[in-house]
Amino acid sequence: MSILHTIRLPLVAVAATATLAACNPPPHDVVQRGYRGTAMELVIDKAERAESVAANKAPDVIPQVPSGGPKAGDLYENVEVLGDLTVGEFTRVMASITQWVAPEEGCNYCHVPGNFASEDVYTKKVARSMLAMTQRINEDWGEKHVAPAGVTCYTCHRGQAVPQYAWSHDPGPKTSAKIDTNGQNIASPTAAYSSLPYDPLTPFLDEDYPISLQGNTALPTGPNVGTKQAEWTYSLMMHFSESLNANCTFCHNSRAFANWEQSPYQRVKAWHAIRMVRETNNGYIKPTGEWLPPHRLGPMGDVPKVSCMTCHQGAYKPMYGANMIDPYPSLATKSGVAVEMAEEAADAKAERDGPVPAVGNMGGGE
Amino acid sequence: MEYQNLFTRLQVEAPLHPGLDLGPDTDKRSGMTENYWLGKIGDAQLGPIYLGGTGILSILFGFIAIEIIGLNMWASVNWDPVEFIRQLPWLALEPPSPEYGLSIPPLNEGGWWLMAGFFLTASILLWWVRTYNLARRNGIGTHLAWAFAAAIWLYLVLGLIRPVLMGSWSEAVPFGIFPHLDWTAAFSIRYGNLFYNPFHMLSIAFLYGSTLLFAMHGATILAVSRYGGDREIDQITYRGTASERAQLFWRWTMGFNATMESIHRWGLWFAVLTVITGGIGILLTGTVVENWYLWAVKHGVAPAYPPIEAVPPVNPMTTGAGQ
Repeated sequence: MSILHTIRLPLVAVAATATLAACNPPPHDVVQRGYRGTAMELVIDKAERAESVAANKAPDVIPQVPSGGPKAGDLYENVEVLGDLTVGEFTRVMASITQWVAPEEGCNYCHVPGNFASEDVYTKKVARSMLAMTQRINEDWGEKHVAPAGVTCYTCHRGQAVPQYAWSHDPGPKTSAKIDTNGQNIASPTAAYSSLPYDPLTPFLDEDYPISLQGNTALPTGPNVGTKQAEWTYSLMMHFSESLNANCTFCHNSRAFANWEQSPYQRVKAWHAIRMVRETNNGYIKPTGEWLPPHRLGPMGDVPKVSCMTCHQGAYKPMYGANMIDPYPSLATKSGVAVEMAEEAADAKAERDGPVPAVGNMGGGE
Repeated sequence: MEYQNLFTRLQVEAPLHPGLDLGPDTDKRSGMTENYWLGKIGDAQLGPIYLGGTGILSILFGFIAIEIIGLNMWASVNWDPVEFIRQLPWLALEPPSPEYGLSIPPLNEGGWWLMAGFFLTASILLWWVRTYNLARRNGIGTHLAWAFAAAIWLYLVLGLIRPVLMGSWSEAVPFGIFPHLDWTAAFSIRYGNLFYNPFHMLSIAFLYGSTLLFAMHGATILAVSRYGGDREIDQITYRGTASERAQLFWRWTMGFNATMESIHRWGLWFAVLTVITGGIGILLTGTVVENWYLWAVKHGVAPAYPPIEAVPPVNPMTTGAGQ
């Protein structure tokens, strides 16, 4: 009895600590990046970061081959993007792509055995679009978002034919009751298990609904976006935060979310990334829909698209900034039909016709 | 140990008693019983009770409101009982979308929300009438009714007055556990950070002040209960009583002490000012102030700090850097 009495308090203390620690076990690193006392801090869970670093490594590079020799376009038929490469380099890139995208299926994932020029396998046509997309991102979105690391197929694919974090329209919970829930109020992994709208990706990363919310005057000047629309933007921001495993202060000064002058540079990078992802989805990915078989489409029949998570996969820089592009100069600039495709992609307009965030009377600006 | 009375240690047993004869309701009260466990946290006697017209209607309307909210939540997971339990903290009944303004939308697009809001408000107001009437009947002041009214003020600002001034039901709060919290965070972000709203500041000060005062007062009275400190008022004029010891403790600790009467005034005002100032702060948001951060800069409330970056970023939307 007296022993129980003596150890009761320590027991409770240990149990309580263990219970609370389970939420987010220490140790954490806190990196101060703004003026003292302003809570401009990055919070890093050391164990989680270590796991993520181990899981986000650049793949082995196939050594470069000596230059010279005939060009792939002259030797092979139907090489529309990489025709200017020497046969040696072309073969190396093809082998790399196989490793990145279809390591188990091999060449035949995209090619008809014995007739590499054939377009009979839909994946070949998709792969051509994806090559053009990769070149466009590296060349034209480099400074704005992806330089100096650049991207290759592996940045998204990671050895899988369909990137693990491709997304498609979320139909939400199935119900016959037709209750309008404003597209929210269900546990949503995309919105970091909040009750915020469960598919913020469709209106903002596929379509181009306005994201910014706050008025830039102290007093009201007229109708503006409402609180419901703020929940959509908030949900998108939760997606950013989850994708980069970073808290709000990675991009924003949380005392004045809208204020650019007080923001870190990362916010500018992210602003361009939104435009890059929209262009990628509308200019390159959605057009592949005409070739994709039904089993590749999402529950609402749309093409699987890219979001922040598709590349970042929980790292604030994909592969923690490891350089992807230098060993593959042929993917760094547009070549062949990719030049023309880039012009079409730049013109591809994001439409506004999916699940509509609550814009209503308040029509705010971008 | 005998007097470390964080919990009720001694229950007084007495025959059940219907209370004073205070008017025509008295003999309508019914259902007296007692319960040991109730005695642990309060008076062991339960009842008698008489609801009357306001009480019955209040409970009925309250039940209707909860029923509408609950059934809407259940419908949104397709009447799946397991999902209803699993998702309950996430589920909600949403107000109408902005396009409906202040009109009455179809039931499944916010009409149910309006109806639930009506019944909940009616229920709360009827219960307020009941507290007011019972205080009068009892011959006591109506302080409790007015304290309750302060909370009702904040409730009405959030769900009725501000949405009407903004011209849209969509500005009101959803009925739901996580959804109303997410709404609160989104509301603050939308209107430029509620922490720069001076009435929000006051409300927080009074809220935290209330908890502090409550803890101070509760602890003080428990600490002197060995001298009968829970019988405050009849000791107030005597030397050496629990009452004097309680007051001396605070005078010796910090020089100043509230009196046995005024400590309750402190508590009441801190509590009601929490919701009164909070309601004012919400009412001003979006109606007369668009962005609280910019408002605070304009009026010298928000300090300026050095920017994060040596060359601060500029808005890419104004530089044409975007596409």
